[in-house]
Amino acid sequence: MKYKSQSIAMLYFIAAIGLFVGQILFGVILGLQYVIGDFLFPEIPFNVARMVHTNLLIVWLLFGFMGAAYFLVPEESERELYAPWLAKLMFWIFLVAGALTILGYLMVPYATLAEITMNDLLPTMGREFLEQPTITKVGIVIVALAFIFNIGMTILTGRKTVISLVLLTGIVGLAVFFLFSFYNPHNLVLDKYFWWFVVHLWVEGVWELIMASLLAYVLIKVTGVDREVIEKWLYIIIAMALISGIIGTGHHFFWIGAPDYWQWLGSVFSALEPIPFFMMTLFAFNVVSKRRRDHPNKAATLWALGTAVMAFLGAGVWGFLHTLAPVNFYTHGTQITAAHGHMAFYGAYVMVVLTIISYSMPLMRGQQAANARAQLFEMWAFWLMTIAMVFITLFLTGAGILQVYLQRYSDAPMTFMATQEKIQIFYWLREGAGVIFLIGLIIYLISFFVKGEEVKMVERHAAEAAS
Amino acid sequence: MRETFTKGMARNIYYGGSVFFFLVFIGLTVDTVKSLPKTDNRENLTAEVIAGKRLWEHNNCIGCHTLLGEGAYFAPELGNVYTRFGESTEAIKAFIMSRPVEGIPGRRSMPQFNFTDQELEELAQFLKYSDGIKVARDWPPNIQG
Repeated sequence: MKYKSQSIAMLYFIAAIGLFVGQILFGVILGLQYVIGDFLFPEIPFNVARMVHTNLLIVWLLFGFMGAAYFLVPEESERELYAPWLAKLMFWIFLVAGALTILGYLMVPYATLAEITMNDLLPTMGREFLEQPTITKVGIVIVALAFIFNIGMTILTGRKTVISLVLLTGIVGLAVFFLFSFYNPHNLVLDKYFWWFVVHLWVEGVWELIMASLLAYVLIKVTGVDREVIEKWLYIIIAMALISGIIGTGHHFFWIGAPDYWQWLGSVFSALEPIPFFMMTLFAFNVVSKRRRDHPNKAATLWALGTAVMAFLGAGVWGFLHTLAPVNFYTHGTQITAAHGHMAFYGAYVMVVLTIISYSMPLMRGQQAANARAQLFEMWAFWLMTIAMVFITLFLTGAGILQVYLQRYSDAPMTFMATQEKIQIFYWLREGAGVIFLIGLIIYLISFFVKGEEVKMVERHAAEAAS
Repeated sequence: MRETFTKGMARNIYYGGSVFFFLVFIGLTVDTVKSLPKTDNRENLTAEVIAGKRLWEHNNCIGCHTLLGEGAYFAPELGNVYTRFGESTEAIKAFIMSRPVEGIPGRRSMPQFNFTDQELEELAQFLKYSDGIKVARDWPPNIQG
């Protein structure tokens, strides 16, 4: 770690991991509610648990992105952070606002929360993923603006690299598109149409810029490969992400009352969306195979490669599976969507944050890499969580295919609830995989405390690397 | 990647491609918004429906149900519930009203929200309005949603 202010990232990462644990605990609760319908009812109804699960995910990923930016940008810009105090202040504001929001979900009925936060003044609540009270949304905007100012000033007054500029573009895009969450027209079709400007243009648009730049940064660090090569890859990956992803938004406009041409445009462009993820996979493996050093942080390299592969599978392959309009006609809003959502979020965004944490945490703790035993624990956690997520996805896909057949495709369609009874077995299996994921996460937490012998960097010579 | 393909070319594809497609997207959005009156059932967007939408939001219905396929997958699709319930707002109201407070043992249950008669009417009208939106291919594939 070259700059003192980089260590602010540690605060953000600790909060991120803490909220991650909360997210997974609620995930396990939700999985159980799928099979034991009245579990925790009426104290924690499904909708509340789901809101906590998804909102914690969003908040902890944002903590992760911000922490990543605070770690990476000073080093890329070759200067201290513009205003470290502001980064610390925003951390506490964001943490308190996030915690109060989650507590609000859990302590009072949602309608009461809407009332006490005066949602009627500017109604934004009650839409999927944007359930936060309006006041929390305003808080998110303030934190985001302060964050952009801090990161932006650091970059603009320091060395400008492609990585930091792409990251900044992604962050600015994130803030800009979030503003659509304040637009909640009475007209349901308009509401849905612009809701996707936040949700889709985040996860299939600007977040990919953030993800690609974080991955590129870690790969430069762990492989020592020439920056020029990595930057070229980065540009072409994000080019493909936006070229496919912007019009690809159309795959959400098939069945909400928007014009029919979206079925063609959405199908064709979203069918291209796997390309940037496939390129990320090629990029990561290519760069690691051409590495000029053997970085002692093997775990970080594993996370980086894992991110590329799992993002391609989850976002790319599982997205493509149901993105063509004729297929989506049957699969829209079934467990197929849930399957895709789980692996895509884990593969792309959870894993990229864990990659940068894996790389940077040891540095902030004064080591080049965690000791060998700690890394072994971390790699076990990697495999357990990743394999568990693969199985969660496969079981939900099984559930989804059966659901589509029984409820929508067969000659005698069954009701929703009758169909759910028939696919219970898949939900039980998914819950089992979810528990394995939780075990993986516990091992991940333990890995930060495992003691052992320190490991050191071994530089490779170019000739040796070529052989 | 080959040396003939330079970083500058990659950068130009990124800037050019994303600006171009973003402009196309804005154009398509303008066209979509202009053509929505044909499909979005705005003629039935009454004060009751608007109040119903607010109730829908304030009780986080989307946290269990889907509406036009979007939401959670824990409870039935409601974009066509008006049709499914025999085009009867009374049937919808009766269902919401009769949910047991403590749920149904061992089964998924909808909470009892203690809506007033007026609120029940507003919610039912909102669901009727949603059902009236003209969706491509008349999605969902059948009445079960």
